[in-house]
Amino acid sequence: MPENMIDQIRENVIQGRVSSDDEGMEEGMAGQPGVTELVEQALESGVPIRDIVSKGLSGGMDIVGKKFEAGEYFIPDMLASAEAVGAAMDILQPRLAKSGIKTKGTVIVATVKDDLHDIGKNIVTILLRGAGYVVKDLGNNIDTQVIVDAVRDEKPEFLGLSALLTSTMARMEDVIRSLEENGLREQVKIIIGGAPVSDEFARSIGADGYGADGFQAVAVVEALTAEET
Amino acid sequence: MAREGIHVERPYERLNKDQVELIHQASMEILQDPGLISFNEEAVNIFHSHGAEVESLGGDHRSWHVKLPEQLMTSALKSVPKTVTLGARNPDNSLVMNGDQPKVYLITGSETNIWLDVEFPEYVHKSDSSKKIRVPEFKPRRGMVEDLCQSARVCEHLEMVDGFIRNVNIQDRDITPENKDVNKFFASLNNNTKHFMSGLTSLDQLDNVVRMAELIAGGKKQLADNPIISFITCLVKSPLQFVDDTTSTFIEICRRGLPVAVSSSPQAGTTAPIKEAGIMAQINAEVLAGIALGQLVKPGVPLLYGSVPVRARMDTLSDSYGAVETSQYNIDCVQMARFYGIPNYSTSGVCDSKIPGQQSSIERLFSDIVVAMSGPQYLHCAFGLLECNSVFSLLQAVLDDAHFKMIKHFLKQPRVDQTEIESVLKQIRSVVDTPQKLYISHIRPVLRSGEISGLYPFEGSGETDQVFELAFDRMEELLAKPVQHIDEETTARIFAEVPGILPRLNVYERGS
Repeated sequence: MPENMIDQIRENVIQGRVSSDDEGMEEGMAGQPGVTELVEQALESGVPIRDIVSKGLSGGMDIVGKKFEAGEYFIPDMLASAEAVGAAMDILQPRLAKSGIKTKGTVIVATVKDDLHDIGKNIVTILLRGAGYVVKDLGNNIDTQVIVDAVRDEKPEFLGLSALLTSTMARMEDVIRSLEENGLREQVKIIIGGAPVSDEFARSIGADGYGADGFQAVAVVEALTAEET
Repeated sequence: MAREGIHVERPYERLNKDQVELIHQASMEILQDPGLISFNEEAVNIFHSHGAEVESLGGDHRSWHVKLPEQLMTSALKSVPKTVTLGARNPDNSLVMNGDQPKVYLITGSETNIWLDVEFPEYVHKSDSSKKIRVPEFKPRRGMVEDLCQSARVCEHLEMVDGFIRNVNIQDRDITPENKDVNKFFASLNNNTKHFMSGLTSLDQLDNVVRMAELIAGGKKQLADNPIISFITCLVKSPLQFVDDTTSTFIEICRRGLPVAVSSSPQAGTTAPIKEAGIMAQINAEVLAGIALGQLVKPGVPLLYGSVPVRARMDTLSDSYGAVETSQYNIDCVQMARFYGIPNYSTSGVCDSKIPGQQSSIERLFSDIVVAMSGPQYLHCAFGLLECNSVFSLLQAVLDDAHFKMIKHFLKQPRVDQTEIESVLKQIRSVVDTPQKLYISHIRPVLRSGEISGLYPFEGSGETDQVFELAFDRMEELLAKPVQHIDEETTARIFAEVPGILPRLNVYERGS
């Protein structure tokens, strides 16, 4: 029974179904329980959280990644699956600590001051949550001081900064300088993204990494995580 | 079962109702005054026996002045079928066309003398040998029967090609006026299961060609029910002259009850007035006269209103298919054919450019889009044709197929109804309520159902334009794909009963 539930969770991650309302990839799935309902059921049935996370959620995402690489899945499919995993992690989050399971880390993301563009940042958020990170999204047009305060209070492993405009990309450097002035720079890895920025720009302002798109952002965070452990 | 075609629910029209009526009336007047000149006596006799005023003209060539009264025209046009079915070796490839319904089928054509080979030599940068580029090199040569076979094979696999008009004039040393027709029909039919249309080089070969088609279709009745072949005849030489040989061919095809496109190709500025109203009144008169003749020969014979109007180039006075007026004339003709409820054979995509490239793409895409939007039923859209109708390039045909996929997608009708509105309102409310506010997860069902268009298939990686190289790869891939040849027994019967087919075209004899 538990194995069957894990299989169902994995299958629904592959299908990208957050809840019973979702259609998924195949016909006739709407109305059947999605990942969030299945995770609730699994918890009630006493399925170990570790198995739900590693075999169900991560196992599903591994298959989704392979399908994407094979050209069978497209970005919307990846995002749907990542969204399902993220929603499941919201349910599991309060119980992880009790079970002695560490998350992969916390990421604070924000679009910098005077920039209202947040599509890229939102996609990165979904993908990071799907990859097992706890993500706190501060939103867009965020004051430098608000970001600095969040880093101080939340103590995240990562800070993701986004900007779409050439006129606002300089704010990223302001954030980094401000973190340095507040003695917080060393406690957090900073990655940046957005249309006008580049790897070269990231290095020039003292960021730790640059993601050209959502997938690269996750890859950079994963690589930096691996360096730490 | 017929091919899907492109449904154009709201066709683009240039002429208003009054203008259509004015052109119709002008055409009727033209057919009475000045009337036609016919170099074909049989046509003269047929028209005369139905009330036309006929007068013999002097001179070296036997010719007659024929005045067609409106009553004759109205009566003759009554029997024209509004629905024409063009069959196919594979019945799923049949084309069903209704003159009132703007559903577009995309057809290859025309007969080109030159076949354009392509190679991709590599060029190395003079000062940096690490920089290399492959540039297409086009090599023209005369078309051969094997080229026609190759073209038929590739067009069999091109998704957007609904029907095949022979597009290579076969000029092998052993091809003669006497065996040309049977070879072009066999080469095409044996390598393509879609509908096949062609002109006829020699009237003497008509019965051989029809016999071949009967053998493939399974008999006389089967061919009548599933006309796997049809013909195109340009019996009118503009302005307003019925030529002798093609008119004879047309009359004989009509007697056999097989479908024919009655085509006229006046050139605005030389063989027709440069003004739109003028060329329209004339081409309409020319095509209607041909259609009327066909109906008088055999009432109910399936005919297409064939229009290939073109504007003259001002620098050479040759055809300018790339001129925007050419598309305007074609769109007007589509409207006129619809006015009479006769399925229309129209033209687009013919370009002035000599090789595939930017000029070719711009010229052909412009006319392909606008003429397709007008809703002709049988659109000769010049797959692979260059330099007007004189050069054929398989590479260009592969590119055209990709472009027509885009056009077909563009012409899809918007899906806006109460159910759809309710569905999208629900979606908007649910997405706005989420933290990320992204609709991306809702793309998936639409992505899988084919509702959204795909990427351009020849998009290269990096910043190099790789369109030609990628299209060439696709062309090679299609050439390597097998086609369903005519079965061995039928092939043996065709070779036994139809004289003149080159032995090397028998795939069972050569073991390929």
